[in-house]
Amino acid sequence: MAHRVVAMKAVPIIAGGFVVCLVLFPLITVWMWAETGASLGAADWSAIRFTIWQAFLSALLSCVAAIPVARALARQRFIGRSAIIVLLSAPFILPVIVAVMGILAVFGQNGLINSVLSVIGVAPVSIYGLSGILIAHVFFNMPLVTRMILQGWLAIPAERLRLADSLGLKGWARFRVLEWPMMQQILPSAFGVVFVICLSSFAVALTLGGGPRATTLELGIYQAFRFDFDLGKAAVLALLQFGLVGVAALFTVWISSKDPFAQGLDRPIVHVTTGRFIRGIDTCVIVVAIAFLGIPMLTIFVKGLLGIISLPFSIWQAAGRSILIAAGSTLLCLGFALALARRWGEVLGSAGIAVSPLVLGAGLFLMIRPFANPFDWALIVTMILNAMLSLPFVLRILRPQAESIRTDYHRLAATMGLGPWAWVRWIYVPRLRRPIGFAAGLTAALSMGDLGVIVLFGTSDHATLPLKLYQLMGAYRMDQAAAAATVLLGLSLLSFWIFDYWGRRGAHA
Amino acid sequence: MKHLTLGAGLLMATSVVAQTPVLSVYAPDYFTSEWGPGPSIEAAFEETCACDLQFSAGDLLPRLMLEGPSTNADIVIGLNTDITKKARSTGLFAPHGQNNADLDLPIVWNDDVFLPFDWSYVSFIYDATRVTTPLNSFEDLTTLPDDQKIVIQDPRSSISGLALVLWVKAVYGDKAADFWARLAPHILTVTKGWSEAYGLFTDGEAAVVLSFNTSPAYHIVAEGDTTKKAAIFDEGHYAYFELVAKVAGTDQPELADQFMAFVMSDTFQSLIPMTNWSYPAAQPASEWPEAFAALPAPSKAVFHDENTAAALRDEAIEEWRTGLSQ
Repeated sequence: MAHRVVAMKAVPIIAGGFVVCLVLFPLITVWMWAETGASLGAADWSAIRFTIWQAFLSALLSCVAAIPVARALARQRFIGRSAIIVLLSAPFILPVIVAVMGILAVFGQNGLINSVLSVIGVAPVSIYGLSGILIAHVFFNMPLVTRMILQGWLAIPAERLRLADSLGLKGWARFRVLEWPMMQQILPSAFGVVFVICLSSFAVALTLGGGPRATTLELGIYQAFRFDFDLGKAAVLALLQFGLVGVAALFTVWISSKDPFAQGLDRPIVHVTTGRFIRGIDTCVIVVAIAFLGIPMLTIFVKGLLGIISLPFSIWQAAGRSILIAAGSTLLCLGFALALARRWGEVLGSAGIAVSPLVLGAGLFLMIRPFANPFDWALIVTMILNAMLSLPFVLRILRPQAESIRTDYHRLAATMGLGPWAWVRWIYVPRLRRPIGFAAGLTAALSMGDLGVIVLFGTSDHATLPLKLYQLMGAYRMDQAAAAATVLLGLSLLSFWIFDYWGRRGAHA
Repeated sequence: MKHLTLGAGLLMATSVVAQTPVLSVYAPDYFTSEWGPGPSIEAAFEETCACDLQFSAGDLLPRLMLEGPSTNADIVIGLNTDITKKARSTGLFAPHGQNNADLDLPIVWNDDVFLPFDWSYVSFIYDATRVTTPLNSFEDLTTLPDDQKIVIQDPRSSISGLALVLWVKAVYGDKAADFWARLAPHILTVTKGWSEAYGLFTDGEAAVVLSFNTSPAYHIVAEGDTTKKAAIFDEGHYAYFELVAKVAGTDQPELADQFMAFVMSDTFQSLIPMTNWSYPAAQPASEWPEAFAALPAPSKAVFHDENTAAALRDEAIEEWRTGLSQ
């Protein structure tokens, strides 16, 4: 019995150690390799200030916008609701270049909004600048936050809701008793993860930011690494980014409260009836959210639809490779996340996006080289790095429920003498099914759209779908690139839907 | 993990030809893609060499620097003049062994290590259905109407973006910062790389894009579209060369030399225009495809050698940054 308990305690520690080593070793390797230190100039400091500022605003806006959308989706039932919830995850998983084109189809110079404005004779508005960056970051991340809050709603025990109903709690009182305690648990974590994602924004910030005013830290890393090959500077900037992410992760974990609700009997949520007025507001919120998220994606989808037939076979081979990578990353990521779904695990897990993938890739390249040809390892390394990249989101999705499961059931498990495997098999995973499905869907879709370290490791024979998309663009074939984007969007959505559906179908509770 | 390795191994299993010597060529991703010149060059060379030419795609300079003298590369193709100083300082490259006099370029070529295989002029491409006033100089760009914006690439992340700031520096000298400040209101945005910028242009988001004077050839040949035109400036245009070099530590020196000679051959040179959409470096204009020979071209080439480029770079980028940040 005792060794089983030890095993259960050891697994998270081993997993945590592995994640930290996987991030720190490459960083240290690059640092040592560089030998020379680097100093930061005035331009670097202004880039750092801008990076933090835009990430802060992006995270704040994404959270503020997500609250009403999640509330509306939590308390209303209508046809197509679950389709909308799937749609909500799509922006997050689009390759940057594709998403930007979609956003510009609505907000750009010739976009939908400016077309309408010109019809009614109003001067066109320009998206480029801080507003453009914020629109894009809210487009990417607001849906993620919405889903996280929705999970929070689902985790409120039905008894609580019923009690609130029978007490006739409405409006402010209801918010204070039910919604606010849940938000206190979810929002800091959501804010933290969006802040961290936006810290490493580069192409989006630059393109929609309208020029060098919108210079971020990641651009500095890219320049130092790919352009100047100044590894010392790349390492210094990467360390700075690492520090920023670390502080943000510690802070959000520290202020997020523990599970605010006592244990319930685990029955399905009772449908919440609302008045006409509330229903009207919720309908407006949902319609606006669908338009904001849906129109750009629909434009991307439709634009490439006709071209799909003309795509060469190699695109489908690349798609197959991307699916394989996505499946591998998802498995790896879930394994780590299930072990690490606790407070300190969330801090460690943030390491995955704390270091620029360029620096991680360079470090791994240097580490593999003495033993093997790094090119032969490109796919495996991509898989592992994609898994690390998704770990922070996945942990934030799993942790709230994982912790309450441990609090609620550990006595029962101890009484019944459940071993580690029985615990995982009969209690842990089944009760986490819904967030696992969602998290797996996100990871799969995310690694489908990721360009990864493949650019550095070099891959003439095994390009992935996003890489093919870039190749098409690089060869002037913008129409075929649009078709490839449609395929990528479709595949990402499909893989997301499969996992998410698995999670929701089984999770009656 | 075993299954992953197996799966990846299966994916990577390419046709291994036993005992055939392998020539390993590092090239940028766009070069080796099925839509680039790589595949036809590979096929043409393998017909004559009794060898297996293997491209390895990816970032050239970072990879070479990480690998150092133990690099697997025999040949590196696709470098650019603005980073040759750094590449040369690695000491990884051997003399190219070809006769520079056989080149047909707008400038005199003296480098005996890096050999140009294609070239073009950095140019602004405009949509002729929208831009109707002639663009004959940088100054004309600063008078474009408000609904005709320009998209350029960032000199800190894109080689064509860097070529532009060097070009502006060559034309404006001390007044470069002032020019950028005046151009700023006409810049729609700055992108990370060429693809993003060109995508914004073909989507109609911008009316003018920084690219190459040979870009319209693609639209003419592949799409029958003659509305994408290069603006030809009286000040002259920055010349952009793509280079090939032989790795000094190659274990296939004869094959590598054979490949360098092949680059100068008519077979190789004739493949370039229609696959890489640029001028061949060792062919007179009379032998170019018609679409290329007919392209408008500047009468004067502007060019900084690598030492001047390296000396000017930081200053030129800083002027660009402050000018556009206003």
